[in-house]
Amino acid sequence: MLDRALKGSQGYWGWLIFLLVLMGIGLGCWLYQFFEGLKVTGMSRDVSWGLYIGQLTYFVGVAASGVMVVLPYYLHDYKAFGRITILGEFLAVASIVMCLLFVFVDLGNPVRIMNVILYPTPNSILFWDMIVLNVYMLLNIVIGWNVLTAERKGLAYQKWIKVLIYISIPWAFSIHTVTAFLYAGLPGRHYWLTAIMAARFLSSAFCAGPALLILLCLIVKRVTTFDPGKEQIRTLAGIVTYAMLINVFFFLLELFTAFYSQIPGHMHPIVFLFKGLGGVGNLAPWMWAAAVFAVLSLILLVVPSTRRNEGTLAVACAVLIAATWIDKGLGLIVAGFTPNPFHTVTEYWPTTPEVLITIGVLATGFLVLTVLYKVAVSVKEEATA
Amino acid sequence: MGVDRREFLKITGYAALFGLGGKAAIDIFAPGELEAAMPGPALTEGKRWAMVIDIRKCLEQQAKEKDGCDACMEACHVVHNVPDWGNEKHAVKWIWQEPYEHAFPNQPNPFMTESVRHQPVILLCNHCFNPPCVRVCPTKATFKRESDGIVMMDMHRCIGCRFCMAACPYGSRSFNWGDPRKAPKDLNPEYPTNREYPERSKGVVEKCNFCAELIAKGELPACVQECDKIGAHALTFGDLNDPESNVRTLLQEHYTIRRKPELGTEPNIFYII
Repeated sequence: MLDRALKGSQGYWGWLIFLLVLMGIGLGCWLYQFFEGLKVTGMSRDVSWGLYIGQLTYFVGVAASGVMVVLPYYLHDYKAFGRITILGEFLAVASIVMCLLFVFVDLGNPVRIMNVILYPTPNSILFWDMIVLNVYMLLNIVIGWNVLTAERKGLAYQKWIKVLIYISIPWAFSIHTVTAFLYAGLPGRHYWLTAIMAARFLSSAFCAGPALLILLCLIVKRVTTFDPGKEQIRTLAGIVTYAMLINVFFFLLELFTAFYSQIPGHMHPIVFLFKGLGGVGNLAPWMWAAAVFAVLSLILLVVPSTRRNEGTLAVACAVLIAATWIDKGLGLIVAGFTPNPFHTVTEYWPTTPEVLITIGVLATGFLVLTVLYKVAVSVKEEATA
Repeated sequence: MGVDRREFLKITGYAALFGLGGKAAIDIFAPGELEAAMPGPALTEGKRWAMVIDIRKCLEQQAKEKDGCDACMEACHVVHNVPDWGNEKHAVKWIWQEPYEHAFPNQPNPFMTESVRHQPVILLCNHCFNPPCVRVCPTKATFKRESDGIVMMDMHRCIGCRFCMAACPYGSRSFNWGDPRKAPKDLNPEYPTNREYPERSKGVVEKCNFCAELIAKGELPACVQECDKIGAHALTFGDLNDPESNVRTLLQEHYTIRRKPELGTEPNIFYII
């Protein structure tokens, strides 16, 4: 089936070459980082994780959200989603590829990465994160590929695949829960030390991921003859709306606990994000932009006419992705380290090499996504032809 | 001048020859000096190493010198090849100073005098009894030594994920953001400063190891030795497990505090204030 990825239009090849160029630039910057050390990034002894780990967190969410099309189809027999489950599964695969690469580029000593397997340490959440992410990726590759192969042959997929599908559903929840546990169990990091962290992660994932999937469906519809379907997009939009409402609600719960209790440790990171603390306020414009985007996306999603119009829905999804990205891909990590254990504030902003490496990893993920989508859509086009 | 480690071993050695017990031997060979030193068991036999830092004595010493005192920090960083990056963001710190208000941020008090607020406090790894850094490490590169409770770092196993830095609520862990050999030459003309101690590669985390390499030889940690050498005696190292030890005696006799005890990490560094 993979041969279908080798036959494409000029636009397809142009897009792949564009991604390859970005990957090349990212690789060059990574080699520079590899030889010079992580001092080429904006990270410091106080803010010791940054953009890379933020992206890991964000894309684990996107990966987990594949379950939002898989679950209604396989558990509730919602037939319409049968057309797009493969798009959800392949989006999950591409996202996990990015996640693993983001962990890899963040390591100070990447050549020792196998130490995680050579010296398995069950008390470390990172050990479990490694397991759940890799298994989730394998599950989605095997399920997606087998179901697609069966579809191409016009057959029903084999029974054992169904077992894997049932496993993959709770597994999707587990990957984002475990990722939340990376942060939520650390003493002294007040912004992260919240029992609602995993729930917040899941809610933001289940709005951001399907929002991205809607945009991808609209693109697929535009550039291929395969139409993911009106009803499918409409149902996804409903899922996005509910998940975003829950996501914003959960964030407001955090605000209440922090500002009604008036406990400084709980308030400081939020004050830092939205106003600035200790003279450092470089994230404030971003966080306010995220707040505006969140409200805007909710207005467009909640009002039925704008939700059902594909043009305004696309705008809603784009600003929703921006809002959740700023919250989770940027603010979450930096605010966890702010203020530092001495209650002082160290500024973090990614450097150019750091941004280019991040873009390189994103390009790698989108290359995988493009190739997988090309295969899937080609098979679907043949099936309808 | 109290009885230092070597002297103590010498005395107990002679005492053994004469068939005398430890305390009796010291009373005979060095009368009156026991209270000043209060030695615990032999340095290779501690079950739970701890340190008591007498801030009063430290401040007394600080006041004696124009630019304060950095003897312990200097000694430690020389012994362990810790370079000066000249950049606070990339600094590697094994033992260092912070103003009181930053060392104990959970004790805010707007009416504290300015001098107390800015009093320098010596900080180092707390060698927690319940260390969160060890809990999160995915490769066991950082581990608590069962025999004596020292939180150790295997810098040859560390993958540089920095999970431990996120987990440590004391900022006691440093990452090698660059190759230590490439640290500014003008700040580190003689690097490496100690050929007997390994250098680090870039990309690994490091921290105070309670001078495990010196303890193994029956010597006190470098910071304690240096502080004793200049006559300040602000740092006392001993076995918390032994009710008769020097540190336990100090804890009995003085009011002490620990950094962020509410987090349940059980720090093994105590401060007499």
